[in-house]
Amino acid sequence: MKRTDTIVIGAGQAGLAMSRCLSDRGIRHVVLERGAIAQAWSARRWDSLKLLTPNWQSRLPGFAYTGNDPDGFMSKDAVAAHLRRYAATSSAPVEERTGVRSVTADHAGFRVETDRGGWVGSSVVLASGACSVATVPGFAAGLPEGIASHTGLDYRNPGQLSPGGVLVVGASATGVQLAAEIRAAGHEVFLSAGEHIRAPRSYRGKDIQWWMDSAGILATKAREVDDLERARRVPSLQLVGSARRMFFDLNMLAEGGVEIVGRLSAIRDGTALFSGGLANHCALSDLKMNRLLDTFDAWAERRSPEGIAQPERFGPTRVPAAPRVSLDLTGGRIRTIIWATGFRPDFSWLHLPVFDRKGGLIHQEGRVAPGLYALGLPFMRRRNSALLDGVGADAAALAAEIERHGSRLAA
Amino acid sequence: MHTNTMSQAVSNGVNTEALIGARGAFEHMPEAAAFTFRSVCDWKEGTHNSNAINGYFGLGQNHERKQTFRIDSDHPEVFAAADRAPTPPEIVLAALASCLTGGVAAVAQHRGIQLRSVQATVEGEIDVRGILGMDPDIRNGFSAIRVSFDIDADATDDEIRALVAQSQKRSAVFDILTNPTNVNVTVV
Repeated sequence: MKRTDTIVIGAGQAGLAMSRCLSDRGIRHVVLERGAIAQAWSARRWDSLKLLTPNWQSRLPGFAYTGNDPDGFMSKDAVAAHLRRYAATSSAPVEERTGVRSVTADHAGFRVETDRGGWVGSSVVLASGACSVATVPGFAAGLPEGIASHTGLDYRNPGQLSPGGVLVVGASATGVQLAAEIRAAGHEVFLSAGEHIRAPRSYRGKDIQWWMDSAGILATKAREVDDLERARRVPSLQLVGSARRMFFDLNMLAEGGVEIVGRLSAIRDGTALFSGGLANHCALSDLKMNRLLDTFDAWAERRSPEGIAQPERFGPTRVPAAPRVSLDLTGGRIRTIIWATGFRPDFSWLHLPVFDRKGGLIHQEGRVAPGLYALGLPFMRRRNSALLDGVGADAAALAAEIERHGSRLAA
Repeated sequence: MHTNTMSQAVSNGVNTEALIGARGAFEHMPEAAAFTFRSVCDWKEGTHNSNAINGYFGLGQNHERKQTFRIDSDHPEVFAAADRAPTPPEIVLAALASCLTGGVAAVAQHRGIQLRSVQATVEGEIDVRGILGMDPDIRNGFSAIRVSFDIDADATDDEIRALVAQSQKRSAVFDILTNPTNVNVTVV
């Protein structure tokens, strides 16, 4: 049984940021990683994935992007390399190929059983990521035989798909990206769109992430938000990590020949049934986008930043006059379904009573229980808590708490 | 022009404080949020029948109202009937218009927008060969439903559009019509 003060679970950006903050405070710790550093970036993302945030927005405690393309977007492998460099420069104490099997309470704090022996520590940081498991609706079980099913975690590229029609379910960042590349590869593609948020890549000449950062939107604190539960469920904007197109939205996909349908409501007797409310989902998306642009304009009015163009607004999402409400899945037209219906963390190895009625982790801005903390969850402390550029501030705040916790135990 | 000063209370007649209070109660007792609504329909003659709506279950118990509401239904003259009351599909359209209109009032109250008038016109397209069983490719029900809102309020056009969008988002009847719903019919 090995002992340390703090056990950090996960060596992605969250775990490595926490490790750096703990090292800066001289706190003994270990980072347990089931694969290699930045495993999820290397091995559990699709080939063409790029960050939605530009390179300059890849800041971690004591580390930043120093290349010569600050406005470019990192591929998944570039992110993995960035994090491996970070771990090396931080001399992070990472134990690779050490999967956690259970976390339980111990008289000394917590006991962590792994593939390679047990650890005991007075505090634990859950940094295993917000996207470990793909969320798939229950009615997926009714999918007819002969249709291949993929999620954003196991899909890699259009080359792995059988010839034939593809139904992509979900129109946030994952859904629009996969629908576009699968369509470009020559497949017939249907995209089922429920709630989604349209956003331009750039506005008044500046990248949208520059606006989100400068106008303080990414730094909005959890305690400042009216309906935090709803805010934590907000899906990713319809963006892609490329400046080539202004919009990666339903209009663009429709122009490329993707058939847009409403939210997948049910699969009944081998038929996919879509909501008849697509027009309203599109109207709500346009309203959200315009409210965001209003916020940008109001900030620019107050601060008069240099080098921005005049305000503008964009034409609405063009909704088909009569979108189909059903699609036969048994006739052979559809060969593949891609679930782009969201992700969630995996805490199945956390054997403590810290979950709510629906299996969600209960926490107050990352504080789960005395000595037990989470990192990298959506809007955990601030709006950018789940983003690479946002996890550092949360890690620093929690490291201070971990230090206080350790002092209390020692006293 | 939209003004929303603290000194000028907006009144559309919706008690949003009560709704927000209810949310708090349901967080702690979700069972209390399980409601059952019902209607008892008695055949009169021909295609004329009459619904009596009174008792419902909710907040953990049965409720009986002070008065029983009635909704009658019939078929029109062009269907060779006596036209004593609206057709069931028309009542469904009315239900949608009512649910959305009520929702607009509630959302407007919550957002501090004073309404002056709201009128919803709803239309449903139906090929009656469907209900006559003449063609399996023609459905029994509406192939399309359109709702048009005419709203006069103390708000911008965008704010009014947002009211209508939010009303749909939280409407029971909009959901019932746009998403599949299990309907189980038995005989005693």
